Amino acid sequence: MMNIIVCIKQVPDTNEVKLDPVTGTLIREGVPSIINPDDKAGLEAALHIKDEYGAKVTVISMGPQQADLALREALAMGADEAILVTDRAFGGADTWATSSTLAAAIKKMDYDLIITGRQAIDGDTAQVGPQIAEHLGLANISYAEDIKIEGDSVLVRRQYEDRYHMLKAKMPCLITALSEMNKPRYMTPGGIFDAYRNKEVTIWTRTDLEVADGNIGLKGSPTRVYKSFTKAVKGKGTVVALDTQESVDFLIEKLQEKFIL
Amino acid sequence: MTKLSIHEYKGVFVFVQQIDNKVTSVSYELISKGKELAKELETSVTAVLLGFKVDGLCQNLAKYGADKIIVVDDASLETYMTEPYTHAISEVIKAHKPEIVLFGATAIGRDLAPRVSARLHTGLTADCTKLEIDPETKNLMMTRPAFGGNIMATILCPEHRPQMATVRPGVMQKSELIEDAKVPVEQFKLDDIAAHKNVEIMEIIKKTAGKMDIMDAKILISGGRGMGCPENFKLLEDLAHELGGTISSSRACVDAGWVEKDRQVGQTGKTVRPNLYIACGISGAIQHVAGMEESEIIIAINKDPGAPIFEVADYGIVGDVTKILPLFTEQIKKLIAQ
Repeated sequence: MMNIIVCIKQVPDTNEVKLDPVTGTLIREGVPSIINPDDKAGLEAALHIKDEYGAKVTVISMGPQQADLALREALAMGADEAILVTDRAFGGADTWATSSTLAAAIKKMDYDLIITGRQAIDGDTAQVGPQIAEHLGLANISYAEDIKIEGDSVLVRRQYEDRYHMLKAKMPCLITALSEMNKPRYMTPGGIFDAYRNKEVTIWTRTDLEVADGNIGLKGSPTRVYKSFTKAVKGKGTVVALDTQESVDFLIEKLQEKFIL
Repeated sequence: MTKLSIHEYKGVFVFVQQIDNKVTSVSYELISKGKELAKELETSVTAVLLGFKVDGLCQNLAKYGADKIIVVDDASLETYMTEPYTHAISEVIKAHKPEIVLFGATAIGRDLAPRVSARLHTGLTADCTKLEIDPETKNLMMTRPAFGGNIMATILCPEHRPQMATVRPGVMQKSELIEDAKVPVEQFKLDDIAAHKNVEIMEIIKKTAGKMDIMDAKILISGGRGMGCPENFKLLEDLAHELGGTISSSRACVDAGWVEKDRQVGQTGKTVRPNLYIACGISGAIQHVAGMEESEIIIAINKDPGAPIFEVADYGIVGDVTKILPLFTEQIKKLIAQ
C-alpha cells in the first residue's frame, strides 16, 4: 500500500491578528490556532488519494506540544497516524534547520509521496517543502493545483503566474500544495472520537532523530532575525462624508489638482 | 563557515528569469538594486542567465546595469524545471563564490531559491521588500513582511555565504537605461544538465492574457467585498476604461470567485505601485494594504467611516460606492469629451 506523509504546521490565524494601536505590537491573545490552509489542502489531497486508491496517510508536525491539537484534527479528518517532532533543541529554527529536522524525521519512515503546503500564513516563505526535498534528495513539484496518481508516478498541475505545467514525476517525490486545490473535509464525530480515544500522537524528540546538532534549532539556522517592527503608518489624508454629487465633485477636483485629469 | 572563507565571497549575482525567451521584469529590477548594493560593497553586479539560445537577451541586461553576464545555455534549460535549474545555478555559484544572490519572488524563484539554499547550506530570506548593506559589517540586511504583513522583520545571514534573498516583484525600481552598454559575457559550460531532469513536462497550458497586468498598470480601479456582487465590477470596468487603467481586487473577491486570481492585490497577491489606486468597497485589511500602500495617490470609497483603508488613503470618501461610481464615470466622460 502507498505511504503518504503530509507535513502540517499549526499557525495563528493571521487574518485574526490585530495590532495594538498604542504600542504597535501584535496582539496574540485570543488568536485562534489553525492548521495552515495550504497544509490542510495537502492533507485533503492525501485523504482523497487514500479514498480512491487506498493509502496510509501519516501527518507530521514540528512544533511545541500544543501542535498536538492540529495533529488530532488531522486524525479526525481521516489521517492514520500522527507524529509530533518536538524538543527545545529544535526551537528557534529558520527554514533551513526546520527542513533539516523534518527530513531527519521522514528518513525514519516509509514513504512514496510527501505532501507539504506551499507556504505557512505566519511566515509566507514557501521554503520548507523544497528544502525537505533537497535534504532527502527527492524531486519536488511546487505550487500544485491538482494531484493524480498514475501507476508509480504522480501527475501534477503546477501553477505559474500566467500558465500551468502538467508535470509527471516518479515516486518517491515531494509536492507542495496550494489551498485553491480543494475544499478540505470536516472532521466527523466518529473521527473525533477515534482521534482522542483510539489513536496516538507519537512524540519524537531530539534523541529520536539522527541529525547533527549544527543542523537543527537556532544553532543550525543560517539566518538570524536582526529586528522586527511594525510599519510606519503613512500620514493620514483627507476623509470626507458628503452626498453623492459632492463626493464626485471632490474627487474630480483632486484628480485635476494632481493632473490626472 | 570561518571568517576567512566568508571573505572569499565577492560580488552580487542576480538570477535572471526568462520565460519563452523573455526576461521577467523583476530581473531588471533586481539588476538595478544589485548595482546599488554592489556599489556600496565596492564590487560588481553579475546577471546569471539560464536558458536555451538566450544570447539575444544579454543586451538588455547590460542596459539595466549588469557589469557582467554569465550564460548557461543548454537545451535542458529551455523551460524551467526545478532540478536542472538548481544544478546549473548551484554550479555557477560554487565556481564564482558571490557574496549575495538575488532571485525574484516568483513561482519560479520561490521554488528554485529554497533548493539552492539547501544544497549550498546557506540562508535564504523570502519575499524581501527592502535590501540594505549594514555600513559596519557589510552584511546584507533583508527586510520582509511577516505574520501576513502585520509586522516587518529584518533578517541577516551573518556566517554563511552567499547571502540569498527572493525579492517581491514590483518593489524595487528599475534604473535608467544605459544605451550602448557593452559588458563581458561568460559562457558557463556544464556537461550533463539533461541527466538532472527528474520531472517530465507533459503539457504547457497558457492562460489567455485578456487584460493588462495589474503590475504594469498606471491606474488601478480596485474592488472589494463592498462592491456587493460580481455584477457591480462592471462599474469598476467602466471607470477603468475612461481613465485608461484596469481593474484589480482584494482577496475576498478572488476567494468568492468574482474575479480571477491574477487581479489580486496584497500579501498573497501582487504588489502594485500605480500612479493612482482607487479602492472601492475595500476595507483595507493589512494584507491588502501591504500590496498597494506604495501607490502614488490612493483614493478610497467605503461606506464604513472606520474602515482601515482610510488610514492609508490620500483622499477618502465615506459613501456608497455603487452610487458614486456611475456618476463619477459619467462626469469624467463629459470632461474628456470637452
